[in-house]
Amino acid sequence: MSVDRAIVAKIAALARIRMDEAAFERMVPELNQILEWVEQLAEVDVTGIEPMSAVIPQPLRLRDDVIDADPLTGGGVRDAVLANAPAAEHGFFGVPKVIE
Amino acid sequence: MSDLTQLGVRAIRDGVAGGEFSAREVAEACNAAVAEAGALNAFIVTTPERALEAADRADSARSAGETLGPLAGVPIGMKDLFATRGVQTTAASHILEGFVPQYESTVSQRLWDAGAGMLGKLNLDQFAMGSSNETSYFGNVSSPWRRAGSNAALAPGGSSGGSSAAIAARLCPAATGTDTGGSIRQPAAITGICGIKPTYGRCSRWGIVAFASSLDQAGAMARSVEDCAIMLEAMAGFDPKDSTSIDMPVPGWTKALDASLAGKRVGIPREYRMDGTDAAIVASWDQGIAWLKDAGAEIVDISLPHTNYALPAYYIIAPAEASSNLARYDGVRYGLRDLPAGANLQDMYAATRAAGFGEEVKRRVLIGTYVLSAGYYDAYYTQAMKVRTLVARDFIDAWARCDVILAPSTPNAAFALGEKLADPLAMYLNDVFSVPASLAGLPAMSVPAGLDEAGLPLGLQLIGQPFDEQGVLDAALAIEQRAGFTAKPERWW
Repeated sequence: MSVDRAIVAKIAALARIRMDEAAFERMVPELNQILEWVEQLAEVDVTGIEPMSAVIPQPLRLRDDVIDADPLTGGGVRDAVLANAPAAEHGFFGVPKVIE
Repeated sequence: MSDLTQLGVRAIRDGVAGGEFSAREVAEACNAAVAEAGALNAFIVTTPERALEAADRADSARSAGETLGPLAGVPIGMKDLFATRGVQTTAASHILEGFVPQYESTVSQRLWDAGAGMLGKLNLDQFAMGSSNETSYFGNVSSPWRRAGSNAALAPGGSSGGSSAAIAARLCPAATGTDTGGSIRQPAAITGICGIKPTYGRCSRWGIVAFASSLDQAGAMARSVEDCAIMLEAMAGFDPKDSTSIDMPVPGWTKALDASLAGKRVGIPREYRMDGTDAAIVASWDQGIAWLKDAGAEIVDISLPHTNYALPAYYIIAPAEASSNLARYDGVRYGLRDLPAGANLQDMYAATRAAGFGEEVKRRVLIGTYVLSAGYYDAYYTQAMKVRTLVARDFIDAWARCDVILAPSTPNAAFALGEKLADPLAMYLNDVFSVPASLAGLPAMSVPAGLDEAGLPLGLQLIGQPFDEQGVLDAALAIEQRAGFTAKPERWW
């Protein structure tokens, strides 16, 4: 399978990366080179093989079902959460208008 | 007094504890070495004051007769992928430029708790994607090494290229690294230092900027096997904040180090004898086999039949996970925002990510998005994850015949900056020997084996069974003792 400009434009839109003509010209052949190389995986017989789901198998843990079980990752840290926001306004993340 | 920057982790710690010199003297010597090494571009930011603060704490603790931590007085470099409270953390990307974490990564916190001090944040390939440190937004790192008779700048490897360059250049005795497909072992090998990636889950991923979460693992880089063991012991340990953290005690690897390999079986994977590998690498591998035999090990031929498929599987799995992990960089919560005039929210996302991500990062996000998209998911991603099962199974079968595996770390010595940059695939192939152990989550280490004809370092790789970091360290120690590697780069910076 290979990708053309239209497919790359579609995946760039899905990935939310703006691309200009020069970027497409560069990227399309590069992506095709990589995809052509990974094609070789198709020749591996995987009959009856499960895809790996855990590198080191172990049961998943649940934390205690209490508020702020870990204060660091719990709530009440609004200012720290907003500290690096490019446009924090009135205690919220600011974004361009989304309602027409 | 001898030059304190030449000392390793253990020598500094013991010297401080024994009163031979103060931690402050060590920190000042390292700070000065860092300040003079701007030409290497190993650091994105330097934090000399942090190194001095930790040193002063170690010195006062000693005066007060308190018990010193295992890294008390040791200044280290921190790869700029670890979130450090109050100190810019960028993953070498433009999109995170200016990001100042409000929290500390678990691994870095453990190192500070052990008494280490921070010299600065080390350069790396952008989001740890690369094998030459050329994808950093903050410029290339130069290896301190040069080919005999040449002034050409060489790559320090990647992605932990700032770490490898800084340690090889004696700017710091040790540093943190992270390894997704070889990002500790490959730079360690081509700069003549040691680097260990532990079993997946030994070190908490909490606070490490995520690249490919099922592969990312922090590890230690230093100039000796023992120094790596001391560092890793401080870094590893259970962390409830990481769902894949292993809830197991950390063994006393340093104390148990033993280079006698009597009764141990060392596997030599026949599929790693690949076309295109430098003759010098093959020769050093054969030398390594002789050294381990001399240490008492039995050498056994093993087969890892899916070796050739590990790299292409990795270049589906890692970009797939990256495309998901990097979705968080949207110009809303932190980092760069590019808001063209009249842009709506979607335009802002796309403009921000176009401006903030480098070419290699975009390439991998696009590949990852493609292989996860409707219609292609099974053909690419599911197939790659099945191949990953087979790669891991190869190792499980091998452990029936051997205790540890010896292989080259890289297919070549250091290459020049720019040499492989134009061809992404050629760069990817640099990870051919390191990726299989990453896919299987195994502990693996690179240790210096010697120099090639041009005077550049070559590394050998040890791969161990899950949780058997000890076996890896012991075999590496046996090589270290026999290789007697003392070469260091001649100072030009």
